[in-house]
Amino acid sequence: MAKSEGELTWKDIEIGSIVTEPGSASQYRTGDWRTQRPVFDLDKCNKCGLCYIYCPEGCIYQNAEGYFEANLFYCKGCGICATECPKKVITMVEEEE
Amino acid sequence: MATKIGMEVSVAIGEAVKLANADVIAAYPITPQTHIVEHLAELVADGELDAEYVPVESEHSAMSACLGSAAAGARTFTATAGQGLELMHEVLYIASSMRLPVVMTVVNRALSAPISIWGDHADAMAVRDTGWIQIFTENGQEVVDNVLCAFRIAEDRRVLLPVMVHLDGFHLSHMIEPILLPEQGEVDQFLPPNQYPLPLDPNKPVTMGGFGPPYIYPEIKWAQEIKLRAAKEVILQVWQEFGDAFGRYYSPLEGYHSEGCQVLLLTMGSFSETAMAAIDKMRSEGKDVGLVRLRLWRPFPFDEIRQAVKNAEVLIVLDRAISFGGPGGPVCSEIRSALYQQDRKPKVIGFVGGLGGRDISASGFEEIVNRGMEIAEKTSRNEFEVFGVRE
Amino acid sequence: MGEYITIGRHSVVKAENFAPGHRACLGCGEALAVRLACKALGDNVIIVNATGCMEVVSTQLPNTSWRVPWIHTLFENTAAVASGIEAGLKAMTRKGRRLSQDVTVVAMAGDGGTADIGLQALSGALERRHNFLYICFDNEAYMNTGIQRSSSTPYGASTTTSPAGKISIGQVSWKKNLPAIAAAHDIPYVATACPSYPFDLMTKVSKAAATKGPAYLHILSVCPTGWRHPADLTIRIGRLAVQTGVFPLYEVENGKYKLNVEPPKLKPVSDYLKLQGRFRHLSEDVINEIQQRVTAEYAKLKEKVASSLVHAGSQKDS
Repeated sequence: MAKSEGELTWKDIEIGSIVTEPGSASQYRTGDWRTQRPVFDLDKCNKCGLCYIYCPEGCIYQNAEGYFEANLFYCKGCGICATECPKKVITMVEEEE
Repeated sequence: MATKIGMEVSVAIGEAVKLANADVIAAYPITPQTHIVEHLAELVADGELDAEYVPVESEHSAMSACLGSAAAGARTFTATAGQGLELMHEVLYIASSMRLPVVMTVVNRALSAPISIWGDHADAMAVRDTGWIQIFTENGQEVVDNVLCAFRIAEDRRVLLPVMVHLDGFHLSHMIEPILLPEQGEVDQFLPPNQYPLPLDPNKPVTMGGFGPPYIYPEIKWAQEIKLRAAKEVILQVWQEFGDAFGRYYSPLEGYHSEGCQVLLLTMGSFSETAMAAIDKMRSEGKDVGLVRLRLWRPFPFDEIRQAVKNAEVLIVLDRAISFGGPGGPVCSEIRSALYQQDRKPKVIGFVGGLGGRDISASGFEEIVNRGMEIAEKTSRNEFEVFGVRE
Repeated sequence: MGEYITIGRHSVVKAENFAPGHRACLGCGEALAVRLACKALGDNVIIVNATGCMEVVSTQLPNTSWRVPWIHTLFENTAAVASGIEAGLKAMTRKGRRLSQDVTVVAMAGDGGTADIGLQALSGALERRHNFLYICFDNEAYMNTGIQRSSSTPYGASTTTSPAGKISIGQVSWKKNLPAIAAAHDIPYVATACPSYPFDLMTKVSKAAATKGPAYLHILSVCPTGWRHPADLTIRIGRLAVQTGVFPLYEVENGKYKLNVEPPKLKPVSDYLKLQGRFRHLSEDVINEIQQRVTAEYAKLKEKVASSLVHAGSQKDS
């Protein structure tokens, strides 16, 4: 996007303020929100995928080996994955920054 | 070959919508609009109009269904009156700000309380600011013609705004008048199919109706205002094309013996027809008086108003609605505002009359003009005069 | 790998049509429900959204989290707008103005926009038999505007407009039974779901979307912010709602009731209530009242299920 939201002029607005770029909000780094982050101990992971299913952000993905990891760009650190993981793979760790 | 047929104006509206080949009709019945939606239901039931007839459960849902239909790219029509127009009030703003082309005939009806099914302009005046294009009509032919024009105007890519066609309740809606319905072929040529540019379509997903925080809301509203103003040019073009195709030309306002008159009367809606008779009589008696008939209400025709009245001494405006505790008639106050900064302007005298369906005869108009001229001689301390109320 | 991800014996589409980057609270049960519903719905949908949490968190101009066609207009007219879209598509397809392509029209609204201000539009749309799916995401209050009560707020819950106080226990009326109201319209498919049972939810969404005619889904949306519990407990609390019988998972197909999850013995409601701050003030007496009510309602539901089986049985015999 060329202009930031605070720079858009009235001429830049699409008719009816229709947004034509699907999913354009994905540029918003919700990961900045978190105060704790999930740390995966993949040795314990049995690839059940429950963390993937239960994440409200949809930010957990399956890597090349089939294990699951959180995309920290979006992860808000809610801790659902850690609480629901049947193998206790995930630990929530305080963010230092 | 098209011939004139005597028909009830409401029924003629249904015929116009059929000629326009509307796709969706979502409407809720309310007196005095009922004959429009009943006739449309018949046309659909008999297979004469191929449309989805959605008998919604309220006017709020009627306009809401119209939003959805227009957003999907369908040619959409509805009709309402009085309380119904009020009930859909918040939805009207959505239709215009989301740039959805919906055509609606409003059969102007007085607002409760007390409940009144009869005609006045209270309902129309309450929705002045909703951002719709608004056209007032005087007779049955005008309604039919402007319904056809309305689809063309609304769906034009340069416009994409909803259009209201106003007609007086009972005084116009229930009149049997000679109507010339155009041939289907002629209408098809004049009115191309609806092609909304960004419809809801899985092949090209869009998001409609996001929320606008302060960093963006004013820009969005200003864009809307610019577009409504710009629509005037398209309205004039469409009226010109309509005239070229069907021989009847419309304009934002029309004068009746108004050139160079000292005294002008201004009316809107079916009153204009009666007023013309009064003007004829007064002129035959030697009075220098003419009539201005306002047709385009939104976007307000500032240039045309200023041009029409610039040489008059007195302009008498008759409103069929009242703005309580305010400057009286909405039309009068808007005209005063339009003339305020002009170097040369007439004295503007405001009358409010005909509320709740109270009729004003030709002699009544004569009284209004005479009284108006009297007031112009002296200075009145009143913002406006009420006409025809028993004291 | 492709477009699907395997979870146990289930195949789930990878596409996130409700894209990450949305502004829902941490641990939002509703966001998860919407995400899962979108996976079940696929690309061939048009979504009509009411004013509420999901609309606000997903479409702050000039951006959007939606990768499918989506429209929001007002708070109370979701079902009416959906009716208009359905009618418009139907007319245009019949008149050859668009390619015949099956599109599912899905209305999404919260309990506020469904049980209260949106009830009229819902009832009208169901009565008119529009071919669409209505999903109510029930977080049991007007959460987006700051946790005010709705008619879907449960008895005894503290909200900002039904606060627990010196002389009040909070919400003094029982939760409106929306699935029953929907079922009373004699529509082909009604169901309840909860994201704590994700595959049950997704199956129901698919089934409802494929239903010819109107379908209604009622999804419990656990809300950490409004229900006042730690964000990581969303799934657990949703599971407890089902396991205690507070929110049973069932379907009503053409009037026939079927329970989808039947715990051998219901857990006590206090297991569910005690985890949530909105119930923290409740006395033993009120909790007992709630327990009695839940037990009674669950029994009624089981009766309906049983009588549905009897009728099915007798139909088979004849």
